Amino acid sequence: MSQQKKIYGVMAEFEEAGELLVAAHKAREAGFTRLDAYSPLPIEGLSEAVGFESTRLPLIVLIGGIVGAIGGFALQYYIHVIEYPQNIGGRPFNSWPSFVPITFETTVLCAALAAVLGMLALNGLPSPYHPVFNAPRFKLASRHRFFLCIKARDPKFDLEETKEFLLGLEPHEVCEIED
Amino acid sequence: MPSLTYVPGEEIRRMQWRAFWVGAIAMAICIVGAFFSRVQFFQSYLLGFLYWTGMGLGCMAIMMLHHLTSGAWGMVIRRPLESASRTIALMALLFIPLAFGVPSIYSWVNRTGLSQEQLQYLNVPFFLIRSAVYFAVWLLLAFRFSSWSQRQDTDNDASLIRKMRLLSGPGLVIYSLTMSLASVDWIMSLEPRWYSTIFGLLVIGGQLLSAMAFAIVILVLLASRQPLSEIVGPRHLHDLGKLLLTFVMIWAYLSFSQLLLIWAGNLTHEIPWYLRRWHGGWMWVGLALILFHFFIPFFLLLSQDLKRNAKALGLLAAFMLVVRALDLYWVTVPEFSPAGVFHLHWMNILVPIGIGGLWLAVFAWQLRLRPLLPLGDPQLHQALEHE
Repeated sequence: MSQQKKIYGVMAEFEEAGELLVAAHKAREAGFTRLDAYSPLPIEGLSEAVGFESTRLPLIVLIGGIVGAIGGFALQYYIHVIEYPQNIGGRPFNSWPSFVPITFETTVLCAALAAVLGMLALNGLPSPYHPVFNAPRFKLASRHRFFLCIKARDPKFDLEETKEFLLGLEPHEVCEIED
Repeated sequence: MPSLTYVPGEEIRRMQWRAFWVGAIAMAICIVGAFFSRVQFFQSYLLGFLYWTGMGLGCMAIMMLHHLTSGAWGMVIRRPLESASRTIALMALLFIPLAFGVPSIYSWVNRTGLSQEQLQYLNVPFFLIRSAVYFAVWLLLAFRFSSWSQRQDTDNDASLIRKMRLLSGPGLVIYSLTMSLASVDWIMSLEPRWYSTIFGLLVIGGQLLSAMAFAIVILVLLASRQPLSEIVGPRHLHDLGKLLLTFVMIWAYLSFSQLLLIWAGNLTHEIPWYLRRWHGGWMWVGLALILFHFFIPFFLLLSQDLKRNAKALGLLAAFMLVVRALDLYWVTVPEFSPAGVFHLHWMNILVPIGIGGLWLAVFAWQLRLRPLLPLGDPQLHQALEHE
């Protein structure tokens, strides 16, 4: 609708991890749902505070693990029982205890690959452009500052009101982010 | 922090006397049973003795582990762990009947089919001397820690924490060495021709798992009331649940490693141990162990919600205590059944319950002697902070 710049969201900068946590809680209480927090270090409870919902990633990892387990065992079974059976010290061809370590390894391998690839697929990485980097001081998020962003997608978002709300949380600075 | 003194409540006293009467009555019945079947009594007695000795030792090992690593998880269970480690004194006392039962339990007493070297190690006097040495070492460790911890409550002496940490490293090494030897003497020598170098570690892993499950059950019970209900939160249970998962995995890893090595080696003196445990109905016990001792607790403990839920974690830990007994049964009892067929004598259940009752009574009595938290520990306030 608006012909001028498109807004991605409003970003507030905090100096302390605790302030960010409090601000995130207050924003949630005020009814905002589309917010995100950026911090140079992990803060316990922050993901709950910004309303992080569990993703489908565990399911993807589980499926990866199951595929790895079945695939690993099936590969060994095929080799040792069907394709190239060998009598090794009188043991049965399906010498399953010997298959377990490899099965374990393929399980872990496939689960780990599923975790990495699934994570990248779900969070849209690698992403050459992201609007939050338009915030002038955002590079400090990897050093010693803490940022809270309320996105324009939020149903309760109104540029001026949201800005005022964030200013009420006494941040170091508040800025608009262009999309 | 609320200004509470963390005095053990009335319910621990009730638990002490209930456990005592259950234990005393069960033992009385079994002693009557001993007149009818002396051999069976001693074989069942070995089960109970191993299970509850392992509980106390495992608790002592976890306590030392906590002194070395620190952390809020250990602070809230330290007093139960210390109380459990003092029950080793009871088990030293309860070893005396076992000394009389050695001929009923161990086949090496007959000296048949063994080499001269084996007989130099496996004979009754040397067996008793070794056991006495193990208990002396364990009691020394347990009561050294216990008295330092008691002094810490009142003295505010910061050097005590350092002393406990300094002893914990060597203490864990000493525990691993003595317990490895004890597991050879008490369990592996039931089949004197069989040996597995991983066995001592497997027993130790089992003891740690039992002890962690026991600590979780006790903590969940204590935390259901004042004053610990103010302190213990999902954060503590989460960590304890993670450690329980670790010990479940260690047990599974070591158990499977033993099987795999023996499978790969395929030697005539090694495989009979597994063949005996795979025939005559024992296979079902083994399969139950794979399922209930590894797969079910493993997958359940992956869940974060379960680990943070006191009731669910407590139930799972109590379940693990039962499965631990099943594992001990599978390792020990097949050696006692000459026909190789699965059997379950009533004393195999009642004697461990009897010893367990007495053990729990001593544990509860010891737990009542001191505050429920190590009040003098400089790191205590950190452990009590809310999330």
